[in-house]
Amino acid sequence: MQKVTQAQLVSRARQLLDDGTVSRVLGWRRGDFSYDVTPAVFSDTGALERDFVFDVFCCANLSKYLIREANNDSKGKTLIFLKPCDSYAFNALLTEHRFDREKVYAIGISCGGMMDVHTTNALSPDGITGAECEGDTLVLHTLYDGDRSYPLPDVLPERCRTCGHGHAADCDEWMACEKTEPDEHPARYSAVDTLETMTEEERFAFWQEAFSRCIRCNACRDVCPVCTCEKCVFDNPKSGLENKAAADLFEEQMFHIIRAYHVTGRCVDCGECSRVCPQRIPLHLLNRKMILDINRSWGAYTAGAEVGQRFPLVDYRTDDPEASVRADGRDDK
Amino acid sequence: MKCYPHSDLTALFEALSQTAPLYLPTESDNGAVYTKYAAGVTYSASSNTRLSPKSFFFPQTEDLVKFRREGKSVSVIDERTEPEDFILFGVRACDAKSIDVLDRVFLSAPADSYYAARRDHVILMTMACTRPAQTCFCHAFGIDASDPGGDIACYRTEDALYLDGCTERGQVLLDACGAILEDCSDDHAAVTEQKQLIRARTERLPLASLTTDGFGADALDVLFDRPEWETLSESCLGCGTCTFVCPTCQCYDIRDFDTGHGICRYRCWDSCMYSEFTKMSAGQPRTTQMQRFRQRFLHKLVYFPANNDGMFGCVGCGRCLAACPIAMNITKVMNMLGGKEES
Amino acid sequence: MGQNFRPEALIPAIGVVTDIRRDTPDVKTFRVVTPDGAKPFDHKPGQCAMLSVPGVGEAMFSITSSPTNTDYMEFSIKKCGCLTDWLHAMDVGQMITIRGPYGNGFPVDGAFVGQKLLFIAGGIGLAPLRSVINYVRHFRERYGEIDIVYGSRSMQDLVDYDEILGEWCEEDGIRVHLTIDREQEGWGGHVGFVPNYVKELDFVPDRTAIICGPPIMIKFTLASLEAMGFSREQVYTTMEMRMKCGIGKCGRCNIGQKYVCRYGPVFRFDALDALPEEYD
Repeated sequence: MQKVTQAQLVSRARQLLDDGTVSRVLGWRRGDFSYDVTPAVFSDTGALERDFVFDVFCCANLSKYLIREANNDSKGKTLIFLKPCDSYAFNALLTEHRFDREKVYAIGISCGGMMDVHTTNALSPDGITGAECEGDTLVLHTLYDGDRSYPLPDVLPERCRTCGHGHAADCDEWMACEKTEPDEHPARYSAVDTLETMTEEERFAFWQEAFSRCIRCNACRDVCPVCTCEKCVFDNPKSGLENKAAADLFEEQMFHIIRAYHVTGRCVDCGECSRVCPQRIPLHLLNRKMILDINRSWGAYTAGAEVGQRFPLVDYRTDDPEASVRADGRDDK
Repeated sequence: MKCYPHSDLTALFEALSQTAPLYLPTESDNGAVYTKYAAGVTYSASSNTRLSPKSFFFPQTEDLVKFRREGKSVSVIDERTEPEDFILFGVRACDAKSIDVLDRVFLSAPADSYYAARRDHVILMTMACTRPAQTCFCHAFGIDASDPGGDIACYRTEDALYLDGCTERGQVLLDACGAILEDCSDDHAAVTEQKQLIRARTERLPLASLTTDGFGADALDVLFDRPEWETLSESCLGCGTCTFVCPTCQCYDIRDFDTGHGICRYRCWDSCMYSEFTKMSAGQPRTTQMQRFRQRFLHKLVYFPANNDGMFGCVGCGRCLAACPIAMNITKVMNMLGGKEES
Repeated sequence: MGQNFRPEALIPAIGVVTDIRRDTPDVKTFRVVTPDGAKPFDHKPGQCAMLSVPGVGEAMFSITSSPTNTDYMEFSIKKCGCLTDWLHAMDVGQMITIRGPYGNGFPVDGAFVGQKLLFIAGGIGLAPLRSVINYVRHFRERYGEIDIVYGSRSMQDLVDYDEILGEWCEEDGIRVHLTIDREQEGWGGHVGFVPNYVKELDFVPDRTAIICGPPIMIKFTLASLEAMGFSREQVYTTMEMRMKCGIGKCGRCNIGQKYVCRYGPVFRFDALDALPEEYD
């Protein structure tokens, strides 16, 4: 697939700002080491030309920022560039009425997989001072070991290597891509399969070890595009579960398991939770396991594939295969 | 100065761990972590530990006191015990300095007994940093990666480890190691050479030009209302990642937990980045994420030095640079807001 | 005493509640002594203590009784959350925990000496001032004339009403000016908000003023005083912040370089001006 370039995005964003279609642009701001880009809002063309970056390190899903940027109080429209995986979050947020579609100008863009800080740093223990991608070759400049090259498809984070996302949003415009159906990657569930083949004890030990690393920073929750409650139960002093209260390991497990259940059926599998975890807990595997179980129980379901869809866990139909919820009590399973 | 004339550190670790439990950085799937030494555990020098050693003194969660409540009666159960001695090996200069920063808070009167007890029982073996990372900027805070301090400062070369006893406690431990250590001169050529190499490497780091110009005790009026805070904080998620990976962040919460057999009052790390941090029944200061973001950085760069003889509340370890989900961090703040005042 | 020889501020002592008095529909005053029946510890007017019911919570409260009272301590507490709900529901004889004293207190033995004093309180804001008022009443000769302006939503919401009428109003050299927000049957006194009443009373700015109340009331009262010619150096207030440790370490009450629990809660307004504007 033809890849969209930074110059193309900046040029189009500039036009839309200049002609008044949008009043600001959600994008990624240049960092100091090329792989440390920051989500940002650009409202003038100077900043856009100077700081807007689009390359292989623009992994952050920007959709959640629309809650703040595109609501009843927003003046003018916000331009957002949606990578395929972002488009599911976009739809899921729209389904839950978390932003105002009228206040958004969405452009679908192509994506060949994105590197993140942790995945990049793991490639070379010797400080990576900069990086660029030429074709499918990722070149890292290091402090003590000169330049190192890697074939990008081999070093991408797992979420990108197993990406089967189509382009699900109804965008106002497309750049180097079009609306497409998801295409399940054959390896999408391979990590979940590995967990499922473990014995119960092994699996418990696996998660026990993973959760024991949790420092309860809440980054997984805060970045999650479907974790949008105005007052999270873990922030509510009256819930008895208020954020960092980690009295014991059980509480850590409870936090992650409650979270996984809460987003079940709504998780768009964007993998941001695992990306941001400073303790490298593979949180997205919990969610993927839930996705797999939902698919097994109620047939293939892709959260965020379309706006207005009913999540299997909250959808009631008279022909539900689950006997207990059917008026006639018949079991079709 | 002593010399351990081997590249394999096993015999030294065995000797050290005979005197007290020894913790050292080891490699894991998720970066370097401190591990208790036992046969087969190998020291990793490749990168600094993912989390700072602050949890050895100020754990993420710890019990403070227990209570029993029966009818109208309440009793206090103080189960504190004096900890055992322990050795922390391989602590870098930045992290060693961070303990000085924490000391300013926890050891100032009234001293925190939980922290003080652990602090009194540690022997800190530091390690000169021969391969500072691209995210390192300890030099900006006057820290010398080649002179890491602690009770014993270590310098590792290809074929030896040089150990410099900096305190009496350090000297005692070195003496206890006995014949596996050889005496050597304090200005051993290999150590001098390594110090020069480290300083040269520090000067070439990408953040080498970062300075604290424009920050410090008197900078509040200049910095507080700067419009750049909005830009810097606009995509902040309000999570606690930077706080918790930070070796000097020490805000805490105190909470009660009903164990079923009584009430346990414990404390846990807390973050000024959290929306509920200052919440009280009558409202709260800092209602926006920008205000909370600003508080964290002004605390490190202005308020802490104002209260601590100019000592900054950051040691330049660079952990927040790698950990922040949105890649925002103190160096970006310093670059945008700092610099010498134009006259 | 624990097994550990190290003193620890965070470990509280036991307090016994020996008297509970209902002041207003949502304020009660609690008398606290040690299990031996003694006063828990000495304090200065304006200082605070951490009270807790283990398992429910711990919070900072200003000590309402005067240091000159050597038998017990009192706390006037408004019902406004989990812990205060519990305190309001408990009975005499209940044990709680107590630690302190915390904070700086008012300069009753320093800057206040020889001064005429003007106390201005709104609602539960009288609680921290009651300690100071009774202290200066005890050492009456050290201070000049005293004015007390106190307002609340209604008659029923005036804290310590009996003490105000029975003692403060009866004392020479103390003028008490009470006001309530709205007309009410049985109330013959002034009606109106505190800041306006202060303006009407038109004080000569030759005295030291101490304001305590809701943030909005403090803000407008300060403006009234400044309009009369008071300088910010003449006016004190006491701040409310969320606190956990009480000893300047947990970071919660940090404003600028100050920790309110240690360097406050009492601030002179010119000192507050030096802090970043994060709280009003």
